[in-house]
Amino acid sequence: MNFTDLVFYFFAGMLVLAGLGVISSRNPVHSALFLVLSFFSCSALWLLLQAEFLAIVLVLVYVGAVMVLFLFVVMMLDINLTQMRQGFVRYLPIGALVALVMVAQMVWIVGPVGPDVFSGEQLNQAVQQAADYSNTRELGKVLYTDYVFPFEVASVILLVAIVAAIALTMRRREMTKYQTPGKQVKVRKEDRLRVVKMDAETGE
Amino acid sequence: MESVYLTIPLASLFGAIIAGFMGGMIGRIGAHTVTILGVGTSFVLSLYVLYQHVFAGVEPFNGTVYTWMVAEGIRFEVGFLIDNLTVMMMAVVTGVSLAVHVYTIGYMADDAHNWPKDSLAGKNSYQRFFSYISLFTFSMLMLVMSNNFMQLFFGWEAVGLVSYLLIGFWSVRPTAVYANLKAFLVNRVGDFGFILGISAVVLYAGSLDYVEVFGKAESISQQTMSIFSGTEWNVMTVICILLFIGAMGKSAQVPLHVWLPDSMEGPTPISALIHAATMVTAGIFMVARMSPLYEYSEAALSVVLVIGAITAFTMGLIGIVQNDIKRVVAYSTLSQLGYMTVALGVSAYSAAVFHLMTHAFFKALLFLAAGSVIIAMHHEQDMRKMGGLKKYMPITYWTSLIGSLALIGFPGMSGFFSKDSIIEAVHHSQAFGHKFAYIAVLSGVFITAFYSFRMFFLVFHGKERMDEHTRKHLHETPWVVTGPLIALAIPSMFIGGFTIGSMLFGDYFAGAIVVHEAHDALAIVGEHFHGAWSFVQHGFAGPALYLAALGVFTAWFIYIKNPSIAEQTRKRFSLVYNILERKYGFDEFNEWAFGGGSRGLGNRLWQIGDVVLIDGLLVNGSAKLVAWFSSVVRHVQTGLLYHYAFAMIIGVLMLLTLFVIL
Amino acid sequence: MITLSSYLTLGAILFSISIAGIFLNRKNVVVLLMCIELMLLSANINFVAFSYFLNDISGQVFVFFILTVAAAEAAIGLAILVTLFRNRRTIDVEQLDAMKG
Repeated sequence: MNFTDLVFYFFAGMLVLAGLGVISSRNPVHSALFLVLSFFSCSALWLLLQAEFLAIVLVLVYVGAVMVLFLFVVMMLDINLTQMRQGFVRYLPIGALVALVMVAQMVWIVGPVGPDVFSGEQLNQAVQQAADYSNTRELGKVLYTDYVFPFEVASVILLVAIVAAIALTMRRREMTKYQTPGKQVKVRKEDRLRVVKMDAETGE
Repeated sequence: MESVYLTIPLASLFGAIIAGFMGGMIGRIGAHTVTILGVGTSFVLSLYVLYQHVFAGVEPFNGTVYTWMVAEGIRFEVGFLIDNLTVMMMAVVTGVSLAVHVYTIGYMADDAHNWPKDSLAGKNSYQRFFSYISLFTFSMLMLVMSNNFMQLFFGWEAVGLVSYLLIGFWSVRPTAVYANLKAFLVNRVGDFGFILGISAVVLYAGSLDYVEVFGKAESISQQTMSIFSGTEWNVMTVICILLFIGAMGKSAQVPLHVWLPDSMEGPTPISALIHAATMVTAGIFMVARMSPLYEYSEAALSVVLVIGAITAFTMGLIGIVQNDIKRVVAYSTLSQLGYMTVALGVSAYSAAVFHLMTHAFFKALLFLAAGSVIIAMHHEQDMRKMGGLKKYMPITYWTSLIGSLALIGFPGMSGFFSKDSIIEAVHHSQAFGHKFAYIAVLSGVFITAFYSFRMFFLVFHGKERMDEHTRKHLHETPWVVTGPLIALAIPSMFIGGFTIGSMLFGDYFAGAIVVHEAHDALAIVGEHFHGAWSFVQHGFAGPALYLAALGVFTAWFIYIKNPSIAEQTRKRFSLVYNILERKYGFDEFNEWAFGGGSRGLGNRLWQIGDVVLIDGLLVNGSAKLVAWFSSVVRHVQTGLLYHYAFAMIIGVLMLLTLFVIL
Repeated sequence: MITLSSYLTLGAILFSISIAGIFLNRKNVVVLLMCIELMLLSANINFVAFSYFLNDISGQVFVFFILTVAAAEAAIGLAILVTLFRNRRTIDVEQLDAMKG
């Protein structure tokens, strides 16, 4: 077992433990932090797989933006911590059973046990790139040519997400004053002004 | 000549349509004029056709007027078979119908009194009546002139329909409605057998045409069919018995006789026309027409014989205890129909048809005379309230006497010739059951004489038992009523003597009626026949005449001489009296078994089938089932997110398992 | 020897952990959203592993897009969560049963 394998097992184990921590933490802030840890471990794994760009993006975007957002929300919500965790133990057996069954089945298919279709030679044609291999450049080459349409669609999806999030959560403050130019222009003199004829005041 | 044949039924139909649809417009006089013209035309043309066929020797006509359809080789046509049998029936039907039409002018003159003020059915009832009786004439003519079973059945059903319409003519009376329903339903039972018979004919002969079927009669009689598993029946016997069931319904043989007495709810003219002279004789005519078939089945003939004998005897007995003048004549009709049926049973078809003809005249006469009495008595029909009418209504009196004498078989009158021929034929027959029939018809002679003259004496002689007001208004009825009486009295007297020679013992019915050698009882009678006058003398030698005389004498003795005997007899033989008065319990049995049974069945079906099964189980049950199911299933929707997620996960797991396994 | 199946096994384990997490957490909607992120992460691992071992860059391209969509979905999910909290003053999953049948 060489060093690469050790690294793999280390980070894989950390990933699994962090995942377990996410689901079993009492405090949602702890869960969020465990999730950050799992993202970091995953990023390391991806570096092993020579997907550097994605590894960095995972940290920058996912951890840096999405998880920060999670933490914002978790801390903004006024959560009553004492009520948490009730019922966790009660449902643990069946949940664990379902998860175990699922894992067993999937591992049996994809893993070294069972039909073992993914260990053969033709599926392990990893190429060790040279030192000046730029994963970013390779991605860029493909992304802006073959996959430019999905790229644009992805940007539209982000736009839609922004709009949706704002539409859902923005609250107008009733007391602020603001101008509506459209209405201002439509005003008529007759509605606002009335000339009244009066006798002149005679001082006495 | 064909157009003449066609005109005969169509003239009556034309009159019926005009009076029926335009009755309001043409008024009463217009209605009776157009219908009498129609039926009169039919009558005159029938006489002309009679003359042509009988005296001028025209050959029988068998032709198709219109082909309705051809289905799998079976032709459904409208056609005419005009032979001697047909022309006799045509003349009788149109003649009696014409007499009744004229009579109705007088009888229904004040019919408006019978209806409530604002009754819709009562409007133009006079015209409606004329339309119906013309329609009846048309239907009966189509029946007798037919040359195939389908048209026969059409006419059969049509006369049944018109009978229904006429019995219930005064539809505001519940008794009339009950009676016409009863008539139609009982007829239906007979018609059911009739249809089965016609179907069997089609099945085995492959045709509806008379001539074709008769041609195959011999081969049909050789075949057998199994109705219930294991029993083999001769096909011809089955056909003939089924056809006779139809005749039983139409000609009111026991046990399908129950409708005829109730049919007296209709106006008297129709009792005369339909239930004495014509419709009820349709069954007799049909069997006579089918003589080529019946001759091949001795079993069927015996069935006919026995049922006819039972009817002749038992119905006469009931006539003795009736108090309504029309009911007496009705039971007399039933009894005489039994006589005709007996004659058919001993293969004396010509005697049966001969009696049909003479009976048509004198029975119509008796009914119309009864109607005349009813008019004079201001629609009082109970004989116990009559008496001594002789001096008030002489014409009615003498014509009634002639009719009654004809009925009992007074020597020389028509009825004598026809009845005695039947009795003699039964006497000489070899058919199974002929001894029973002979006793029945002989006793029937006594009974007939007894009830006829009981009625005669009670009505026209003896003490006057009506109330003072009615008595003051008693007078003879107008000539439109008495004219037909006289017109019918003449053939009642003479037609028998003139025609017996050729009809019974000559070759009048040569082509129409077939009798096999072995059954031919009438031929044996014919060996002794030397003309009408000698037949009269021969009558003095037989028992029938003396039985009739005894009957008249008994009636005179009881009802004129010694009225208290009737009361004492009733008390002594109260059981017998009770049975007779309740008409052997037929009506009660039918009411209980069929009426009650149908109602009970309907009730059961409604309660169980409809309410429980359909409403409860299927309709409401399915709704309840859906409601129950949804109330159970809705608990799956807990509203809780993780339950939904779990459901999805389970689904994924199952898919995964599926893929793993496969 | 680290083969493709090792990475796939890892992805499978991570996926089932997140499944269990969805089912087991009853009190916290936020953790639910985090478990969804874990699921997406496990799928991403599979993609990148395939991309490496089959020498095909399109796996990584797909991960790119999955990341985009995941971010968008997280944002919207949290927005919904915020709105929910404003209306119900609770993020307890067991109290969110207004859609009960």
